[in-house]
Formats: sequence, C-alpha cells, structure tokens
Amino acid sequence: MSSLTAQAAPETAAESTTSFKKQRTGGGLGRYIVVRFLLIIPTIFILVTLVFFLMRLTGDPITAALGGRLSGSQLHERIHAAGYDRPILVQYFEYLGQIATGNFGTSISDNRPITTILVTYGAATLELAFYALIVAFIVGIPLGMLAAYFRDKGQDAALRVFAILCYATPVFFAGILLKLIFSVWLNVLPVAGRASTGSEFEMQDLPNKTGFYLIDAFQTGDPAVISDVLLHAVLPALTLGLLTAGIFLRLVRTNVIGTLNTDYVDAARSRGVSEYRLVRKHAYKPALIPIITVIGLQIALLLSGAVLTESTFEWKGLGFQLAQYLGARDFVAVQGIVALLAVIVALTNFVVDVAAAIIDPRVRY
Amino acid sequence: MSAETQRPETKPRMQEPRKQSLLARLPVVHQLRQSVGLQRGMLIAGLIITAVYVISAVFAQWIAPYGFAQLRNASGPFGSQQPPSPSHIWGTTVGGYDVFSRVIWGAQTALEVMVVAIILSIFIGVFLGLMSGYLGGWLDRILVVIADAIYAFPSLLLAIVMSIVISGGQSSLWGGIFAAAISITVVYIPQYFRVIRSEAVRIKNEAFVESAMVIGASTPRIMFRHVLRNSTRTLPLIFTLNASEAVLTLAGLGFLGFGIEPTAAAEWGYDLNKSLSDVTSGIWWTAIFPGLAIVLSVLGVTLVGESLNDLADPRLRGRRAVAAAPVAAASDSEPVDVAPVAAKSGDSQ
Repeated sequence: MSSLTAQAAPETAAESTTSFKKQRTGGGLGRYIVVRFLLIIPTIFILVTLVFFLMRLTGDPITAALGGRLSGSQLHERIHAAGYDRPILVQYFEYLGQIATGNFGTSISDNRPITTILVTYGAATLELAFYALIVAFIVGIPLGMLAAYFRDKGQDAALRVFAILCYATPVFFAGILLKLIFSVWLNVLPVAGRASTGSEFEMQDLPNKTGFYLIDAFQTGDPAVISDVLLHAVLPALTLGLLTAGIFLRLVRTNVIGTLNTDYVDAARSRGVSEYRLVRKHAYKPALIPIITVIGLQIALLLSGAVLTESTFEWKGLGFQLAQYLGARDFVAVQGIVALLAVIVALTNFVVDVAAAIIDPRVRY
Repeated sequence: MSAETQRPETKPRMQEPRKQSLLARLPVVHQLRQSVGLQRGMLIAGLIITAVYVISAVFAQWIAPYGFAQLRNASGPFGSQQPPSPSHIWGTTVGGYDVFSRVIWGAQTALEVMVVAIILSIFIGVFLGLMSGYLGGWLDRILVVIADAIYAFPSLLLAIVMSIVISGGQSSLWGGIFAAAISITVVYIPQYFRVIRSEAVRIKNEAFVESAMVIGASTPRIMFRHVLRNSTRTLPLIFTLNASEAVLTLAGLGFLGFGIEPTAAAEWGYDLNKSLSDVTSGIWWTAIFPGLAIVLSVLGVTLVGESLNDLADPRLRGRRAVAAAPVAAASDSEPVDVAPVAAKSGDSQ
C-alpha cells in the first residue's frame, strides 16, 4: 500500500508541475493571484486618500470634537500638540506612513488606538456577518432555485416580490419590526445586546477569550449560556440575513434561468432528465459561479447593513462603535475605522476573486 | 430620451399597417403595452404605488393635516406618544409631532433628495463616462480605477463621510437636501460612469462614428451627438434602481443622525431612529408608519425598474399565448431592434 502511494506521489507531482507550466504560458493562477494582489494597493490608496482629504476639508478634527467645550487658546494648544496646524501635505504623507505601518490613529473622545477598537469589536461584527451569511444562504439559494423552477408562474412572482421586499425594507425597520413582534408582543426573544449580563459575566473570566460569543459560550460549557447567546443572535442575524437573502434569491433565479436556456441543459432534457433534476443538478452548479463573484460585492452591502443592524440591536461591534463616534463627532476615529474597513473590503474582494478564479479558470487573465 | 432617438426612425415604419400613436411609443407606456400576464401586473402595481408616492409628495401641503414641525393647534398641544385617534389618525411621536403629517411630508423630502441626487449623478456620471470611454488614454485608466475603488466601498459609509464634509452632520432644509443628495450622488456616479463608459467604448468603433470623423466633425460634436445619444439606452433602468437606493441611503443617513434636522423637514429615517426606544415599550405606531412608507416607496420604484429590465431583455420577457402569436411576434421584435435603430438615427443626423 505504502509503496503504491510512494510510487504514485512523484508521478502526480510531476503531472501537476507540467500542467502548471502549461497554464503559465496562458496566464496561470499564480500570475493571476499576484496581479490581483498588486491591484489591492491602488484601491486602498485611493480610498484612504479620498477619505483623508474629504475629512480635512471640514477643518481639523479637534475643533469638531471639542469645539464648544474648550477655550480658544486651549483648543489651539491641542491642535498644535496633535500637529493639525502643519501643511496638509505634510500631514497626508505622515498619515500614509502611519497606515503603511498599520497605525490608523487614535480616537479623540476616548483616546484609544483604532487598531485596538478593531480587535475589541471586530469579532462581534464578524460573528454577525457570519450568522447573516448563513441565513442568506439557507433562505436565498433554495428559494432562488424554486423561483427559477416555477418561472413566470404565481409562485415565482410571489418569491420575487418577497426578494424585492427584503431589499426594499431598510435593515433598521426590519429590525424594529422583528423586535416588536418577537420581543415585545410574543416576548420570546431578547430585545437587544449580544448576551444577557449573567452570561457575559460568566464568559468574562475565560482563560482564552476569543470575542466570538458562540465560541466563548461553548468554552464555558454551560448550556444556559449557549442558548442565551444563540437567542440573542436570532433577530440581528435574521435582519441582516434577509437583506442579503433577497439579493441571493434574485441572483440564483436569474442565473439558473440563464443556464436552463443553454444547449447542454436542452441535451439533458432531450435525454429525459426530469425537470427537477435539471434545476437541482445541471443548472445549479454553473449558476453558482457568478454568485461567488457577487458575494465579493455584497461584503460592502453587508458592512453598510451591519452598521445599521448593530445600532438597532445595540450589538456592540465595529458598526455600533462607528455610530457612537459619529454621535460624538470624533472624526479621527471615524476616519480610522472607515480606512480600516476600506482595507478589509479590498482584502475580501481579493480573496473572493481568487476563489472565483480557482473554481472557474475562465476568470483568470 | 430614448423616445426622442427613436422618433426619426419609426416614422418611415409608420407606413406599415400598424397604428402606434406617439403616446404608445413613450418609454413606460410602450413597455406597458408590450407586457403580458404577471409581468404586466408587477409593472402596473409598481406604477400605482409610485404614483401614490409622488402624489403625496407633491401635494403634501394639502394632504397633511398639520405641518411637519407643528406641535400644537387651536385646542392645545398634541401631546407625546398619543395612540391613533380621530384627530391624529396615526398617533403622535415621542417629540409630540403628528405621525401621519410627518410621513406625508417625509415623502416630499425623499422625492426632493431623489430628484436632485439623480439629476446630479446622471450629469456628472454621464459626462465622465463619455469622456473616459470615448477619449480613452490615461484619463480613462485613472477614472476607472477610482470608480472601481468607490464602487467596492460600503455606500453608506461614503455617504456619511460626504455628509460630514458638506454640512458637518446637520443642516437646514435645502442645505440638508443638497447635502444628502450630493452624498448619494458620489456613491452612484460610478454606476452611471461604468454603464456609459462601456457603451461609449462599444459605440466609438461603430461605422457611423468613423464616417462622422471622416466628414470632419469635431470631437465634442461626435461625443455628444453621435455617441451620447446612442448610449442612453440603459439609463432608465439604472435610474429607477438608483432612485430606490437613494431613498434607502437617505433613510440610513437619517437613522444614524446625519440627515436633515427635524424642524427643517420631515425625514423617515430620523423618525425611525426616534421610535427605536418606543418599540420596547410596545408603542408601534411611531415606527410602523414611517417604515412602511419607506418600504412602499422603494417597492414601487423597484417594481417598475425590475419590470422595465425584464421587458428590455428578450430572454426574460414573457410571451403572449400561442393563439396571439403573430401579433405578439410583431410587437415583440421591436425592442430588440432598438439598438440598431438608435444607431441609424444617430447616423442620419
């Protein structure tokens, strides 16, 4: 057995290198990844530059945050100490240098480095986005296939109106509605927050806390804590998930209908493959490729939605924190978080594009 | 726009024994006649909802029983968080405003922002897209990279940054409307830019552009007369989709406290933010009505946009029953022709 695998191994290795070489001449995956990675840099650079100059157009951030509360000379002292009275280009290049070394500035209102804020609150946002994507996949993909299967019939129209409703409902209104129904009228789910105080207290003393409440809850091993954390996640996950589910539904429907019109599906149909099997097996997989690409664009929507969902449910993540800083007029913190999100968006798009290129070779350059 | 470009070409076609009045060839009316069954139902439903929305926005002054910032009338103050009653059919808010009046006035604010935002983004986006697509070169490359970067970024965050820049976060009626509209514009320029640019790139290689060059037409003339006129085909679609997104972005800004001051204009997102604490104590009327107003206005505009999108694409368009096939085929074939027709009309001018 072992000799067999040992013999087989070098062969497959040689095979893969030759195929890699072949691919290289026509623009291989490796080259694509490198080019695509280099393209991240101008994207981040443009967004950071844009945000920096836009925010500085309004004046210095210290006056914006503390304007009414300090006297003129005190303000001037603070501005001078922070270096906001230097020429704008000097400040800009200093800022670029800071970002290149991973320093996104320090908030004015509570004097915390932005990177610390990311570490503290990023986990909550990631957890919410993860739940939302699960909801979106579970709801969006099967319903989209169903809509394609019942194309132009009553069921299809109902599903499409449902999809438009998902998209037309602002996340905060969806959140308020769900809260009203499940927390106030039926009183079965908690109103807001990520966990009740008792559970948060129990999770506080864990030796290796991750910030992901579900993982932390499992670490405590207390079923009451686990169910508490899960119950708190239901409404925010539904709120943000339904928004994305509507988009997935429409995408899956259009793409499955598109692939149902192709020749190979006609060929399969003429061989007597059932209509259900056509949708489920033949049209579904090719239809998924564009969806993976589009998920990359949904990251931006998901982040916008997360800011509003977190504010609605007091879910203490990055978006909630951003809304707090907006209220406090702490524009250094806002600028820092926005720049950080720009980096995250650019990186996610890179990962998604590479994933799409691995699945579908036609995408590569 | 598209009706205008079709006119010179469809005239000779009128000699065929098919009667089509000018009315029937107007963009939406044309699609309405073309649609069948469910698609027609969706289009009509969308048109009705949109019409109700526009009417309540335009005639807000006469429909709303009270002003948007009115707290009292002859019989005294309205009172805060009053449940729906004959004098306040949808109750009053925590601030003591009449919910029904604020919802109606809110339609006006949303419509104003929508119109300003769309006009601005069409003009700027179309101009940049045309320049970029037709002229090409380094300008094209830089604009494409910038547009892609903005396009990938969360639109709400960009709108927040813009509204901080424009108004410092709070403002008067028209100041606030322009701040919101410009914030939304910056987000949607890349979409118009992309569409117009790709159309311009396609059209600039057509024969009629080359012949215009041979005649010696100036670059601006070719750009605006020949290329622009033929690249506006898809604009009504993006237009409806962006109109609905503009309403959502405005509401999002208002919800985060970056919209228009409550005394300057009624704004649905702001009202929803204020109703957030009401909901936990079971007060539903301050949240449900402004929320439903947003949902319905976006739903109406989106239904129209979606239907137009499906009708423009022959693969998605529903067909009439086989019995009516000849008629259906004749009327169905027309929109497919739009591209060459438009191209020819641009050529002949």
